[in-house]
Amino acid sequence: MKSTLLGALLAVAMATSAFAQPIKLADVAELSGGGATVGTNWKNGIDLAIEEINAKGGVLGRKLEVTHADSQSNPGVARAQVQKALDAEPYVLLGPGYSGSVKVTAPLAAEAGIAQIMGGEAAELTQAGNKFLFRTSFGQQSSMPKVAKYIHDDMKAKSVAVVWVNNDFGRGGRDVVVKELERLGSKVVADLSTEAGQADFAADVGKIKAANPDAVFVYLNEEESARILKELKRQGVTAPLMGETTLIGQKVIEFAGDAANGARGHVGLTTDAPVDLIKGFRDRFSKKYNYVPDHNGLKGYLAVYMVKATTEKMGKVDSKAFADTLHGLTIKAADEPGILMDVTFSDTGDIDRQSFLVEVVEGKQVVKQVLPKLK
Amino acid sequence: MSNLFDLLVAGLATGAIYALVAVGFTLLWQTSQTINFAQGEFVMLPAFLMLAAMHVGAPFWLAIILGILLSMILLGLAFKMLLVDPMMRHGVLPLAIATMALAIGIKEAVKQFFSAEASPFPSIVPTGDISVFGHAVSLQSIGVLVVAILAVVGLTALLNRTSLGHQMQAAAQNPTVARIIGVPVERMILLTFLINAFLVALASLLITPIYLAKFSSGEVLGQAAFIAAIVGGFNQVRGAIAGGLLIGVLDNLAASYVSTQYRSAVPMLVLIIVILFRPQGLLGRAEERTV
Repeated sequence: MKSTLLGALLAVAMATSAFAQPIKLADVAELSGGGATVGTNWKNGIDLAIEEINAKGGVLGRKLEVTHADSQSNPGVARAQVQKALDAEPYVLLGPGYSGSVKVTAPLAAEAGIAQIMGGEAAELTQAGNKFLFRTSFGQQSSMPKVAKYIHDDMKAKSVAVVWVNNDFGRGGRDVVVKELERLGSKVVADLSTEAGQADFAADVGKIKAANPDAVFVYLNEEESARILKELKRQGVTAPLMGETTLIGQKVIEFAGDAANGARGHVGLTTDAPVDLIKGFRDRFSKKYNYVPDHNGLKGYLAVYMVKATTEKMGKVDSKAFADTLHGLTIKAADEPGILMDVTFSDTGDIDRQSFLVEVVEGKQVVKQVLPKLK
Repeated sequence: MSNLFDLLVAGLATGAIYALVAVGFTLLWQTSQTINFAQGEFVMLPAFLMLAAMHVGAPFWLAIILGILLSMILLGLAFKMLLVDPMMRHGVLPLAIATMALAIGIKEAVKQFFSAEASPFPSIVPTGDISVFGHAVSLQSIGVLVVAILAVVGLTALLNRTSLGHQMQAAAQNPTVARIIGVPVERMILLTFLINAFLVALASLLITPIYLAKFSSGEVLGQAAFIAAIVGGFNQVRGAIAGGLLIGVLDNLAASYVSTQYRSAVPMLVLIIVILFRPQGLLGRAEERTV
């Protein structure tokens, strides 16, 4: 009788222990190197979401736990770090943020059957048939057509200079926007590639000036965006400037100062969006980290809430079924406030939700238009 | 060709920074026959020292003075006494490797204690343009160029026109003979390290408003200055200066008149050509191997 009781107690203890085990997530991000701003915001967004979720009892009664690894903004290092992370059999892999790093790590996660929720925006990432890769923001195939349409229809630009950073991110965006501009009838009169980390943009801006375009499309990383904005202003380029999220982010405005004023961009995510849930996120993030996050902070935050909503939809913690459940899933902000806006995931892992057209006015992002969900 | 003047000025300003950093390679080579692979990080660190001073309330001018003094202590005195002197006993190669480790150490320490993110840095030169021969030229470019030229002219005058400079050169060229004729060789070598630390702090002050204060900014700068020093001549201060200016200008001209896509290949191409046809560098002196 005594041994039966002891056995029962042991079984209960073991079951309780298994039940209380945390759900392990692995994050690989650009915590140093050229993408440190990206990775640091992404990581902080993840940590904030996990803190909030755990404070409210976790997911299906289990706490979330995350390990962070530094890709050093280097695809080779990212691959090694992702392999190491996958060896620990996480529930879901988060990151990286750089498209080049996602490109080389996605096959590893797919092979392991682990869903990867990443920050990369290169168009090609979700076009290769990978069933385990999910975006936290628009891919370039969704955002660039909107950008090209705005340049053609609203800016009335017949000629456009396109300046882009020569990496997977920049090349992917350049390819889609140039194709779309030409389809719409706007001529690309200057097509300039630049280097990541480039400091001097005098020659590039000189070429833009010589081409005398009706509009300039700038698609560089944040720090280089600030440098080219300063040089564009210095050389007196008056053509309207259009970009994507990286042209009008908080860091860019901070670095570029006055030179950022007037720059416009399409953003899938911005903390200045006229959405109450996003404003609440911005307040909580700023309070915790003492700075206003860029869109990468939102991406990291959303990645964790994607995990929460999908897991609660399944009603179980099952990494193998996770990707299947997330495909085609619509998460409504009314049901899961952490997702901030209604969002739908396609069969390719792409995302559909509202987006925004933003202009920098007196050093601040101002949302000029809210663009509806595509479907 | 209308913007040739603008490109030349911008290229010379960037090149002047490369020159300041490249001179450091030359100075260390002359005194210890080794290469400081942490030279780029030596340029990155002073900006953070100045930012740290400002964070605790020092005004910018005081932060500059403190930053330069701290740089001379850390990157001149401590670098020589704690790393170069002990490692020199083991030969040139271990010392060069130790400087690589130092580069990683400085980068990681800055990342850990400050931030992995870039920070803005105030400029000693006001923003805006002035008209030169009808061209709008950035005050920042002119300021960088002028300060760098003054520093280099001052250094050259010190080396060539003063007794102290002659003693430094004697100590660098033949320490044994210099000792015999009464030159305080150790003091002269220490002075060389302090001058290098001063120059990198100056370069840091000039370039950080453009590059931003970031723990990884020394990588690009160190590489460019290293190429400049080899192209110009590793064993001659004037070679390092010429190499720096040449690389800065070529980079801009290549981007404008050849291809923006392959601009970074141009300095490497110049480097290969120089190594093939004039291994001592454009203004360098051929060194005889001692056996």
